[in-house]
Amino acid sequence: MDPRIIVVTSGKGGVGKTTTTANLAVALAKAGYKTAAVDGDIGLRNLDVVLGLENRIVFNLVDVVEGACKLQKAMVRDKRVENLFLLPAAQTRTKDAVSAEQMLKLCDELRENFDITLIDSPAGIEQGFRNAAIGADEAIVVTTPEVSAVRDADRIIGMLESMSKSPIRLVLNRLRPAMVKSGDMIDVKDVLDILAIELIGVIPDDTSVVISTNKGEPLTLGDESLAAKAFSNVARRILGEEVPLLDLDAPDQKGFFGFLRKALGL
Amino acid sequence: MNFLARLFQLIGKEKSKETAKKRLQLVLIHDRTDISPEMMENLRKDLIGVISNYLDIEEEKIELDFSKEERSVALVASIPVKSVKRRAERRAEPA
Ligand SMILES: Nc1ncnc2c1ncn2[C@@H]1O[C@H](COP(=O)(O)OP(=O)(O)O)[C@@H](O)[C@H]1O
Ligand SMILES: [Mg+2]
Repeated sequence: MDPRIIVVTSGKGGVGKTTTTANLAVALAKAGYKTAAVDGDIGLRNLDVVLGLENRIVFNLVDVVEGACKLQKAMVRDKRVENLFLLPAAQTRTKDAVSAEQMLKLCDELRENFDITLIDSPAGIEQGFRNAAIGADEAIVVTTPEVSAVRDADRIIGMLESMSKSPIRLVLNRLRPAMVKSGDMIDVKDVLDILAIELIGVIPDDTSVVISTNKGEPLTLGDESLAAKAFSNVARRILGEEVPLLDLDAPDQKGFFGFLRKALGL
Repeated sequence: MNFLARLFQLIGKEKSKETAKKRLQLVLIHDRTDISPEMMENLRKDLIGVISNYLDIEEEKIELDFSKEERSVALVASIPVKSVKRRAERRAEPA
């Protein structure tokens, strides 16, 4: 496989870019690919804590692009999973500390050293997003089934298209099947109708995500939750496998008691 | 939600997801075509100019908007007519 660089982006903040990047990076590394998780959110570093690697950071992305240290030296190796490396963002610098040219050069170097690189993008459509996306070949757009998030995703997709990223694929995050059923949440099909891009996965809204972030242990490290499975499936689809979409209906919505509960509006 | 509210929701009211979808589709038409409110205003003025050559219209009551049908977008204008001009008043050639 040729080395691949994938930017994980969204437009709107708080929709799950960092969570997605962390879980996919772990799953891809577990699948045997040498994987770099790059925190492109300069100044608001987050990927390190979601991955649980915050105590191991010495150098960061800005040090690398400024030539203060070699890439290999800045990459934090994950001891839980073979093949997984984090390039942290700088916390005390702003996004102006990095130029587009520097990012392109960094991406060339990442390509030489890793099978797959995931770049966690900051929110917004400004320079920070552009820097995160500029060196990537492909894009994963994360959205939630909400009007504002889908609207921003549409804007970002337009920009990614004009930057010639391909493929551009969608992760629909935080879906709540019960709300979809009751007609109070836009469904997968609605979102795809509207955005007209390829779907690469649907992640349920799942309390296990919050717990895993609390602990700094991405779900794909070994959790049994539905969200963990959904993230693993996205990773498999990235690797070209055909994996059917998960049935996200929570167990308590199924069966006779589920029916009763729903009929009574409980 | 109490029983009555649920019943009303079942029989009459549109589900909030439908509302969300429609709103999104409309807002994206504007976003994608990048038609600014200013451009819409100019379009409205030009339309009034052209139509006034033929019809006496109520300018203040004109409604101009995009609507989305399945996969196509339509510009829908509602232009109340006060009266149709007499032949002689109409311009020979449209501007
Ligand atoms: N599928 C999910 N279920 C429940 N909570 C989620 C899910 N995805 C993300 N979250 C929560 O949403 C918040 C924002 O996620 P994050 O990945 O930091 O978003 P972003 O990087 O896009 O700003 C976090 O608190 C995270 O735990
Ligand atoms: Mg983030």
